[in-house]
This record gives sequence, C-alpha cells and structure tokens, in this order.
Amino acid sequence: MNLLDPQGPVAAANSTILVDSVFIMLAIVVPTIFAILAFAFWFRASNTKARYQPDFVYSGRVEMVVWAIPALTVILLGGVAWIGSHKLDPAVPVPGTGSPVRIQAVSLDWKWLFIYPDQRIATVNTLTVPAGAELNFQLTSSSVMNVFFIPQLGSMIYSMNGMVTRLNLRADNEGKLQGLAAHFSGDGFPDMMFDVNVISPLAFPDWVANTAKSGAVLNEESYKKLMQQGIERGRPTYRLDDPRLFDLIATQHIPPGPGPELISDAGRPHSGGHDAR
Amino acid sequence: MPAGRTVEGTMLGKLDWSAIPFEQPIPLIAGGVVLVGILAVLIWVVVKGHLPYLWHEWITSVDHKRIGVMYILLASVMLLRGGSDAIMMRIQQAIAYQSQGYLPPEHYNQIFSAHGTIMIFFVAMPFVIGLMNLIVPLQLGVRDVAFPTLNSVGFWLTATGALLVNLSLVIGEFARTGWLAFPPLSELSYSPGVGVDYYAWSLQISGVGTLVAGVNLVTTVLKLRTKGMNYLRMPMFCWTTLASNLLIVAAFPILTATLAMLLLDRYLGFHFFTNEAGGNVMMFMNLIWAWGHPEVYILVLPAFGIFSEVVSTFSGKALFGYRSMVLATMAICVIAFMVWLHHFFTMGAGPDVNAIFGIASMIIAVPTGVKIYNWLFTMYGGRIRFTTPMLWAVGFMVTFIIGGLTGVLVAVPPADFMLHNSMFLVAHFHNVIIGGVLFGAFAGFEYWFPKAFGFRLDERWGKLAFWFTFTGFYVTFVPLYVAGMLGMTRRLQHYDVAEWRPWMIVAAIGMAVLSIGVICQIMQLVVSIRNREALRDRTGDPWDGRSLEWATSSPPPVFNFAFHPDVRGEDAYWDMKLSAQQQSLDHEEPEYHDIEMPRNSPTGFVCAFFATIMGFALIWHIWWMVILGGIGAFATFVVFAWRDHDEYVIPAAEVAAIDRVNLEERRNLVSMAGAI
Repeated sequence: MNLLDPQGPVAAANSTILVDSVFIMLAIVVPTIFAILAFAFWFRASNTKARYQPDFVYSGRVEMVVWAIPALTVILLGGVAWIGSHKLDPAVPVPGTGSPVRIQAVSLDWKWLFIYPDQRIATVNTLTVPAGAELNFQLTSSSVMNVFFIPQLGSMIYSMNGMVTRLNLRADNEGKLQGLAAHFSGDGFPDMMFDVNVISPLAFPDWVANTAKSGAVLNEESYKKLMQQGIERGRPTYRLDDPRLFDLIATQHIPPGPGPELISDAGRPHSGGHDAR
Repeated sequence: MPAGRTVEGTMLGKLDWSAIPFEQPIPLIAGGVVLVGILAVLIWVVVKGHLPYLWHEWITSVDHKRIGVMYILLASVMLLRGGSDAIMMRIQQAIAYQSQGYLPPEHYNQIFSAHGTIMIFFVAMPFVIGLMNLIVPLQLGVRDVAFPTLNSVGFWLTATGALLVNLSLVIGEFARTGWLAFPPLSELSYSPGVGVDYYAWSLQISGVGTLVAGVNLVTTVLKLRTKGMNYLRMPMFCWTTLASNLLIVAAFPILTATLAMLLLDRYLGFHFFTNEAGGNVMMFMNLIWAWGHPEVYILVLPAFGIFSEVVSTFSGKALFGYRSMVLATMAICVIAFMVWLHHFFTMGAGPDVNAIFGIASMIIAVPTGVKIYNWLFTMYGGRIRFTTPMLWAVGFMVTFIIGGLTGVLVAVPPADFMLHNSMFLVAHFHNVIIGGVLFGAFAGFEYWFPKAFGFRLDERWGKLAFWFTFTGFYVTFVPLYVAGMLGMTRRLQHYDVAEWRPWMIVAAIGMAVLSIGVICQIMQLVVSIRNREALRDRTGDPWDGRSLEWATSSPPPVFNFAFHPDVRGEDAYWDMKLSAQQQSLDHEEPEYHDIEMPRNSPTGFVCAFFATIMGFALIWHIWWMVILGGIGAFATFVVFAWRDHDEYVIPAAEVAAIDRVNLEERRNLVSMAGAI
C-alpha cells in the first residue's frame, strides 16, 4: 500500500506533488536546522572564541530576509497547491481506454457495498475494475460518515448519508490492491478493508457475466438486511434488481441504517452505560 | 420487572449496577488504583492535620500564583492518565496484527477517544493556562489578575471536567467516537450509551472554566500593567498570552454552542446533526474545526512565548526582532481563524475552496517561520547556557521545524488527498503538539519552578528527562510517519497488513523510551524536593533573568511587589539591574504603604462541587439531582455577588518586614554581580 508506488495516474500525480513539496521545503528546513545546531554550539557560554554581541537585537536586513524566506517558499508551494487542487479535483473524470465504468460505493456498518448500475451487479468488500478504464465513483453512506480510499490509486473522499460525493480514478496495472475505510466509524471499523482486483479489460465482461449469474439478489429488502451492524467476513456478490438502488439510499428513501440493537433488559450483557429501558 | 427496580430506575435515572464494568478488569483496576490513591492522600491529609492548611492556603486561594500551580498539578496528573492511554494504544497496535490484540474494540475505541480529549483539554490547556496564571501578573508588575475569584472558579470548573472524565472509567463508559465526537456516530442512534454524554458535559463544564480564564487573562493584560509597561515593552510571553486568550474568548463559545447542539440532539430529539430530518453533519465539521483550529494556536502561542523568554534569558541577550515577533504573534492570532477547512479537504469541496484554504494554511507558516529565525538570531552572538529549559528550547526548534514541514505538506490539497486521517497525520500533530506545546510546557516548568517554590530543580535528572523524551519522541513518531506513507489509517484496533507491523513495534519501543523520560521528570521532582535546601534560591533571580517576575523574591509574597515597578524599556528587570536602580536599592528605607489584597473565597470550589453533581446527574438523566446541582451553583454565585468584604489589608509594617529580606538578598546579588 506504499503511497510512493502508485498504480494509477491520480496516485502518481498526488505522490509527485507530495515528494516535490517535501523537497521544496527541505531546501530551507535543512539549512535552518543546521544553523540552529551550529549557532547553539558555537555560541555556548564556554566557547571563548565566540564574540558576545548583546546588542545585536535588531537588523533590518536580517528581518527582511527572515520574512522573505518563508514567504517565498509559501508563494511557490501556494502555486503548487492551486494548480494541484484544480488538476486533481476528485470530481473531474480521468480519461481512460474503453468505456467508463460507473461504480456506486456505499459505506455500511461495517462493510463496503459496490454497486455497478450499468452491469446490474453488486459486490461486498471486493472491488473489481478493468485496467486502464475511466472509473467514475459515486459515494454515499448508509449510516455514519466514512472515507473511501485505495492508497495506490490516489485521492480519498468522504461518504456521507443523504449526500453523494464524487471521485474519479484509473487503475493502470492489473493486479491486486487494497482499499480501506479511512474515517473511524465504530466497533467494526478495522474490518472494513477491501480487496481491489484490477483485471484486464478483456476479462472484465466475463467477470460481470459470472457475477450476474449469482444466486443472491440485491433489492431494497436484502439491502436492509445487509445494512445491519456487523462484520462481513465473506465476499458476497449480487445480481442488482433495481439500478436505482443507490439513489434510493442517497435520497434516504431507504432510511439510514440502524445503530446498535438495544438488547432487552432480560438478555442484557453487563455492558457499561447502555440504556436498556 | 421487579418493583424495587422501577423505583431505583426513576430515582437514579439511567444509573444502575450494570454501569460498573465488572467484566472489564483493566478500567476497573485502573479506576480502583486511582481511587485508592485519592483515598490514601485524603486520609494522610486528614490524619496529619493538613486539611485546614490546604483549605485556607490552596483550595480557597484566589492568589494567581497558587491557582497557576494547581492548574499545573492538575495537568501533570492528567498527563499520567493520558500517557497510560497512549502506552495501551501503542502496545495494542504492536500486537494486534492478524489478531484482536488484548483490547476489544469497545475498550480500545474509548481509550483513543479519552487519550485525545484528556491530552488536549486536561493536559495541554491547564498546563499553559497554569503557566500564564503564574507568570503573567508578575511579568506585568502587578499584584493579581483582573478577576481573582473568577480565576479560582475557572480552575475548579476545569478540575470538574477532569473529574467527570475519570469517573467514566468506573461508572459507565467514555465516548467511543474519537476526541471530536463526529456525528452521526456520536448521535443517540449510533452511540446510545453515556460515553458521549460524559464527553460533552465534561467539555461543557470545563469549557466555561476555560472561557472564564480567557476573559480574565485578556483583561489582565489589557487593563492591569504597571507604570510604564506599555504594550511594546511587555515581555513576549505576555504578548502570546494576550493572543492566545483572545483566541480562547473568540473560539470557545463556538465549541460550547456546537456541543450544545449535539446535546440537544441527544437529549431533546433535535436534528442539528442527525441523518434524519435535515440534520447536517458537515455543519458540525465546520463548527468544530472553527473552534478546533484556533485551539491549536491557543496551545502553541503560549509555548512560543515561553521559548522566547527562555532563549533570550539563556543567550544573555534581548529577544531578536521583538517588534517583528509581536507582529508575527498577532498575525498568527488572526489567520488562525481562516484555515479551518483544511481539516476536511477530502469531503468533496471544489478546487477553488480547497486551494484557498490550503494557501491560507500555508500563510500561517510565514509568521511561524519568522519566529524560528528570530530565536535563531537571538542565539547568534549570545552566551548560551545549556540549562534544562534551554535544552527543551533547542529541542523544540529542531522538532517543530519538522512538524511544520509535514504540516505545510498536508496543507497542499493533493497531498492531503493521500494523507488525510492517516498515521502520517497522527505523527504530524503529535510532532507539533509534543514538540511544540509539551516541550514548551516542560521548558516553562523548569524555568519558572524556582520562582514558584524558591528552589531549583535538579539539573541532572532534568537533562536525562529531556534526552529520553527527545529520543523517545523520534523513535515513536518517525515510524508513524512511515506507516502513514504505507497507507495506514488511524484508529485501527487491529490490522492484517504485514508491512505496517515492524513500524508499530518500533513505535511501541519508542513509547517505552518516552515513558522513561516521564519517569525521569518525576524523579527530578522527588530528588529536588529532597535536596531543596541545597537547591534553595534566595535571590529570586536564579537564571539572571530579564523580566519583572525575577525582580521579586521566590516564592513571591502574596502581594508580588511591595512597590509597583517603574518600567523604562523592554526587558524591564535587566535594565534595572544594569542601572542598579531596582527596588530602590540606592535609596534609604522606602516608605511602605498598606496593601489591599482580595480575600480568599470558597466560591470556586463550592461552585465546582455543585457543577460536578449537576454534570453527573445530566449524564445519567437524574433530573432531581440536576435541579439540586443547578440551584446550588446559582446560589453560590448569589452569595458571592452579595458579599460585603472582598478585600483585606496587609499593614505597611508587615509589607516592610517581608520586603526588607528581599532587598537584602538583592543587594548581595547586585554587589556580587558588580564584583565579577
């Protein structure tokens, strides 16, 4: 999951900016640290060779330089930030080969649901995408906030209930990557890591066809079961019943996922502070 | 349901025996140990007959120095609690590779939430407020803060918040939402327990205390300065205190309002931040960071002030570029309010918004960089004495630059798109808060301890503490930077990624080194108290200081100064020493006058007592007790407001007796300096 080993153009651009910014800053940080240590050492009280200048407390030239150095650095980096923010706006499509793939990701408690509306299929905790294709993500959440992040593909974006956020990526090389949830969402949060399979564009239609043969169907009913709090160890796949399911979730036609079940008084474990009444 | 249960249920709200976590041994044992400790101290105090002393000299004291010391004591105790949480987290992440570790999620999640809450609100805040309380009136050459009794109220309300947070260890649970309790996770539907209520009410009550402290210190700096102490003659620490407290006054009401809205959601079914009925979680994000980002500067500005004093004193020079420093401080104060959005670049704002807030955030680095260079040039041409406070200062300068670098890096939106919420970010903010605020607090502690207690701290243990903490910091947090670059996100109770593991183990080792640093710090205190006669400082000026706090005895008399000092320039006391005019040394016996000082008042303590009851009752929905606590706190204020006498007089003869001793020591000091 090394950020400096990008597998797509977005991650490559992000990490280039990251590395460039570090080097721009190191150009002034390293000499400054060196100067601090050198001055501290040379002007130690026991060094009789150092000249004591108690009246050196103001110098217009020095002041100009010390304001100018950080200001110039920030102007340079500000340019990087301005251009970078516009070039790498997550909402802007990343052109690729073949037809774009639309993916609608929903963060659930505590798993990821990936809906492929055009292919009429859906998967849980596995994201399969063709290499080189433009990937358009739409994100929402069934309950609490979360963040969708595939480190080696780049930019992360929040998912929030009742809202749709957009993210565009492209995976250039076939292989297995890992994605993760990057905003704490409760007890099952660490189990929200997911596999990303980048397969050849030729194999993608076969994969879609195989998945569509899946016995399980994702509709409002089975979605409501899926959104109950719990960890999903398997990698279930679904045939999508209604391609508008994502919109129903995002517009809250399907109400937000419930929180923890309140266990009745009789069967209540000794768990601190839960209101049972 | 048995009848008895119902009665108990209504009388005690949500509280019943299930609130005590019998099945979780760790918090119970920890709570038990704390409880036994507190009981042991209480019994010792009562048996030894120290209770009247504590009550008259400390608990009801309105002396800013005493209150400052109590703030620092509170912060130190809570540092141990927050540090234990940190140790537990580091151990968990070191062993929870492909396993559950030793902490289940419901416990681990409470620990990281409590760690953040405690370290910010009950360690960093009281530590810097304590130092400001202790030193600022002395530096300004005045006898007390503007509102002495309110000052005491502020401290005790902060202590109430700390008490409630610790109470959650044994009764109920703490929030499992992270230290900022983001909704909708913190809403009733997803966090039905009392954890979030403990969090919110603790912060509401201590937040009132902080606001009061802020109002008090702003007024003190603006209105109470000794003769000739105009703004551009104030020591740097007073300037940073002013900036920091202006931020408190402007930002803390935002926190209070935000948490109030969250509480309205949870208690009365409002929909400010819920998923349903038009609630808006992004509003919470904006509001909490509109407080949260200034909060960072509330903490770090006083630390900058401390370093300015320390670097200048131990370099034997006035601060380089004083006016530039003042300008930089006030620039940070203003810009701090314009950058909050950088905490959520990844929420989907447009490129213009992201870029503007990114650039605004970088602009703060300019005045901060200027400060670093001005300290650098203060050292240039100096005669640097490497005492413990100076070691902390140099350690800070190096560490803070690195934290600044990573900070500017995450202010570049495309870089933040990869680093948001990652371990890299965790490493960054620990880099600036430990390297900036904590190092500053320790430097201030070492530097001003002789002023507060009249003896120095042991240098050998102090230097050991510095080197262990400094090394431990890097061994702990450099691995977290690396883990962040490997894609690791924060708050993971367990993980299956092999490449993260070695870094978590190194970080745990670093934590052990850091802990040795803390132990050295405790040893330093113990050793110094035992050797206090050898370390005694009778001059009141052990470091060859430059500002007015060193012009009076250590510890200072309750009235601080027998005469209001007359300030003729920057570095007031240094000038006095140079011209040997200080405190009428060249005169015959001066004519002393009676001094009026504020009376001690139990208002703060009593008010906090009722606030504790009210807070606890609110958390557990025990409504009769809420009313009781509310009436009690209000009645306390009414009684205070209708008081007849609030001052007492120290007769001139007593002032003279105290001051003569001080003058004698000071004459020796000056004549010795003259001889050299």
